[in-house]
Amino acid sequence: MFTMRTTMARIVGLSEAVAELVHDGDSVALEGFTHLIPFAAGHELLRQGRRELELVRMTPDLLYDQLIGMGVARRLVFSYGGNPGVGSLHRFRDAIEHGWPHPIEIEEHSHAGMANRYAAGAADLPFAVLRGYAGTDLVEHTAVRFLECPFTGERLAAVAALRPDVAIVHAQEADGEGNVALWGIPGVQKEAVLAATRSLVTVERLVERLEPRAGAVVIPGWTLDLVALAPGGSQPSYSQGITRRDNDFYRDWDHISRDRDRFRAWMDEHVLNGVAAR
Amino acid sequence: MSLEASTDEVQTIVAARRLAGARTVFIGVGRPSTAAILARLVHNPDLVLIYESGTIGAKPFHIPLSIGDGELSETADLVVGVPEMFNYWIGPGRVDVAFLGAAQVDRFANLNSTVIGDYDSPRTRLPGAGGAPEIASSCGEVIVTVAHSRRTLVDRLDFRTTVGHGDGPGTRERLGLRGKGPTAVITDLGVLEPDPVSAELTLTELHEGATVEQAREATGWDLAVAAAPRVTQAPSDTELEALRELLAR
Repeated sequence: MFTMRTTMARIVGLSEAVAELVHDGDSVALEGFTHLIPFAAGHELLRQGRRELELVRMTPDLLYDQLIGMGVARRLVFSYGGNPGVGSLHRFRDAIEHGWPHPIEIEEHSHAGMANRYAAGAADLPFAVLRGYAGTDLVEHTAVRFLECPFTGERLAAVAALRPDVAIVHAQEADGEGNVALWGIPGVQKEAVLAATRSLVTVERLVERLEPRAGAVVIPGWTLDLVALAPGGSQPSYSQGITRRDNDFYRDWDHISRDRDRFRAWMDEHVLNGVAAR
Repeated sequence: MSLEASTDEVQTIVAARRLAGARTVFIGVGRPSTAAILARLVHNPDLVLIYESGTIGAKPFHIPLSIGDGELSETADLVVGVPEMFNYWIGPGRVDVAFLGAAQVDRFANLNSTVIGDYDSPRTRLPGAGGAPEIASSCGEVIVTVAHSRRTLVDRLDFRTTVGHGDGPGTRERLGLRGKGPTAVITDLGVLEPDPVSAELTLTELHEGATVEQAREATGWDLAVAAAPRVTQAPSDTELEALRELLAR
């Protein structure tokens, strides 16, 4: 059951937000499909030393490569673990292939499966149905069942709802009441927030009031717990209209992350010794 | 013909030609994007490019690095979330052609993008399924582009991530997969197409300079060869110039 919120989202600092919402051992979804990936919040998780997390995300991307390489993941739930257009996620691979820095458990799905799992979570349904998985080896290695449509008899795949303890997403704007607007590629952020027990949205800027904008996804403040200001908080991914995707960094990451020592040194210098946005 | 094309260029140009009659194409990263943008430039200006990120009708000027670059959503006819992409657009078969790559392809054009070696202790952990299984089951047809080598074209997949023609004729129908499945595997040596009866990939076309022996040698199973494989029509100057100009942007 989801918890009905009676108050509007509170606007707090990023470190306070992460400290309040995320606990060791939690299931945490940091979403954003190529766009609006909440790097600043993920880095704050690292600085606060969160551990034993179940990390949930359709496309692990560089952020989860960093979290996995720093050893905060106990388990990973995902559908595509690559550096888009570049190649491998080396820390993700090292954890699965060699158990470094420690072995992690994985549960993998297809994108269609993961997206529908979030949608079922947002709908507070126990599972979602889709045409998928049939005939693949995924069936033996992940949580998917098949059922018969009660109306037509068609055989369909069923996947369990995703209900993370915490969802963290990034957006362009929030107003003083914690109402959030995001635009550009919307991914599964709205679904993740509505599916999760607790939620944090980091934003590029706080505005007096949200201007109506065609195609924007608005998430009302009364569905959220906390909003935190984090300008540039989705870099090296991007926030449409405000920052640009740093494709050079995505390419550089291939070199930085390949070697364990170089990776650790880079993280120490750029993340652990950094400070959270206010 | 006056310009000399590399094998890489030929592979992209051949892929682009396959989109001449399509309305919609679904694109992953890398070469498929280049081929689809080239097709819009040369063969099919109305081609609707659909990227996995939810950008439908994107008109990128540059080849994007990721499937979610800003230029895609800025130029798209509409931008949708991931559940909608799979449930309203891909699942019902609204997309004509999908381009997919893979680490391994078998004789029935099934694809592996999950692991090399054992699943629980893999030699190489690959990115995983992404959208591929449902894209391949529901899109009108699938075109696979891979390098022609024994590492890629294998007798047995280490993991079946995506069903092509399964175990042969009838598999797709039995599983309820509604699209036609893979209709071509385009390599740097030629084109393999499923035999209409056996569904087994058969060498039907060779790029200029490539030989049947070369293709058989670079295939991990006993590759069937059509009675008289076609020779790929050499890239025209128009195609080559457009491709080079696109890559230089």
